[in-house]
Amino acid sequence: MIPTIPQSRSFRLIYGGYVLMFFLYLALPLTVVAVFAFNDSQFPSLPWEGFTWNWFFGAEAPQIGVFHERGILRAVGTSVFVAACVAVLSVSVGTTNAFLFNRYDFRGKTVLYVLMLLPLVIPGIVLGISILVFSSTLANGIWDVAQMDIQALRPGLLLVVLGQFSFITTIATLVISARLQKFDRTLEEAALNLGATRLTAVRTITIPFLMPAIIGAVVVAFLMSFENFNTTLMLVGSDAPLTIAMFDRLKEGSTPLLNAVSLLLMLGSSLLALAMILFQRR
Amino acid sequence: MRNHARIGFVLLLTPLVLWLSLLIIIPHIDMLLISLRERISFGVYDTSLAQYEKALTEPLYLRTFWRTAIMSILATGITLLIAFPVAYYIAKMAKGRLQQVLFLLCLIPFYVSELVRTFGWMILLRETGLISNLLQWVGLADQPVEMLYNDSAMMVGLVYTSMLFMVVPLVTTLESLDDSVIEAGYDLGGNGLSVLREIIIPHAMPGIVSGSIVVFMLSLGNYLTPTMLGGKDSLWFTEMIYNQFIVRSNWELGATFGFMLLLLSSVIVWGMLRLTGRTLQETMG
Repeated sequence: MIPTIPQSRSFRLIYGGYVLMFFLYLALPLTVVAVFAFNDSQFPSLPWEGFTWNWFFGAEAPQIGVFHERGILRAVGTSVFVAACVAVLSVSVGTTNAFLFNRYDFRGKTVLYVLMLLPLVIPGIVLGISILVFSSTLANGIWDVAQMDIQALRPGLLLVVLGQFSFITTIATLVISARLQKFDRTLEEAALNLGATRLTAVRTITIPFLMPAIIGAVVVAFLMSFENFNTTLMLVGSDAPLTIAMFDRLKEGSTPLLNAVSLLLMLGSSLLALAMILFQRR
Repeated sequence: MRNHARIGFVLLLTPLVLWLSLLIIIPHIDMLLISLRERISFGVYDTSLAQYEKALTEPLYLRTFWRTAIMSILATGITLLIAFPVAYYIAKMAKGRLQQVLFLLCLIPFYVSELVRTFGWMILLRETGLISNLLQWVGLADQPVEMLYNDSAMMVGLVYTSMLFMVVPLVTTLESLDDSVIEAGYDLGGNGLSVLREIIIPHAMPGIVSGSIVVFMLSLGNYLTPTMLGGKDSLWFTEMIYNQFIVRSNWELGATFGFMLLLLSSVIVWGMLRLTGRTLQETMG
């Protein structure tokens, strides 16, 4: 079943057809979401009432577009803020983790490595509730001891950031470790021989080498945080990130406004992904 | 110098230990403790297994638990069956540019929020949706057909959502299989089926295992798809956790459910690793 082994014509046709069907299946839901963003109707469904830009730029009810819808814009702002925090935090810790596992041998290293992988096999919703439970235990304990109510430990943005950080760090660690393993240690030693201190050697030789992986990890962490639903759902307070805000609207019934938001999301994340690929090619 | 290395080691170890202990280990221990207590009166708690007893005797809870487990395994199986031929095509049949393009196309849905993907299926499947209209237009149905809010719709959504996590590891392992090994299989008198069984599948096993683990985890822990696409009877275990925590504020029972879900996923992941003799580090790392 490789090109060098002759296969019957009908087999090749059926196989090719299957793969084609698969890609149609992949594209179908995303395409309909995109197309109905331009439907001049209150519902993202047939019949097609004509083409309109109103769901993007409309300023009057009943067709208020994305760019005039306060709730959605605020939710986008919240999501960007959370995603930026998560990206910076998880990539920083991911980098130190990668160095730790790559450069040091110590007792308990294997155990720590397995623990580091665990967040990948814990369901997101369980991660969410465990952090919710622990933070409220902490908050209640502080209240009992010092009569102080720490709002930050109640559901809200801090907990959302921590919840997402708790598993995205694992991914950042894996991405950066993979590149660090390919690093030629003799380059660093050369720098040391030439009189650089250890820190200077790492800063001027190793970090630039790691840069593609670090940028890649930042983009992946940002996207994962932006899209995260399960963990966020359990930890969210009054400021809802975009996915939660959209979910609440979707439950009430949908208008093409949601399609317009979705289309912008698709464009945004594909642009980001494309930029990352181009950067890494360079 | 020796001292320097020591300081560096401690500096690198601290963030890791803080992260794992404060956000993973201690919260889970706390969750376990909460699940082991019973409310006696306001603010007074007793240690007991009452929550687990409740969870294991109430038919609705148990039924949902097993249903979630079995449906997740089913979703994993279906995803594997659909993904394998496609991954093989990308890895072995397509060459050069086509190969790269197909691989990238598989990644695109992953860059789009799960909410958007689910929304897409709602537009397609609902009563006024595209497929219903198409069926009427072709003449296969004479009135709107509701295809949303049942188990099949939910299954379509689950499989779609996790497809990428099966395709990518499969493509990676299949690419590393040398064409000449397959040719040798044919030269030695094998046919398509025996080559697939004796050579291709054993070689792809690491990809199959890691893909299956991730897809299973994602299905088990999914909340959006069962809520939006599933019907009244397709209750999912994560929905019960959410209900106990957020709607009913019964944290004790919610934590118990959370632990049961964690236990179930650990047992299945461990079983899969055991069955194939692999470790978590090899599979995930």
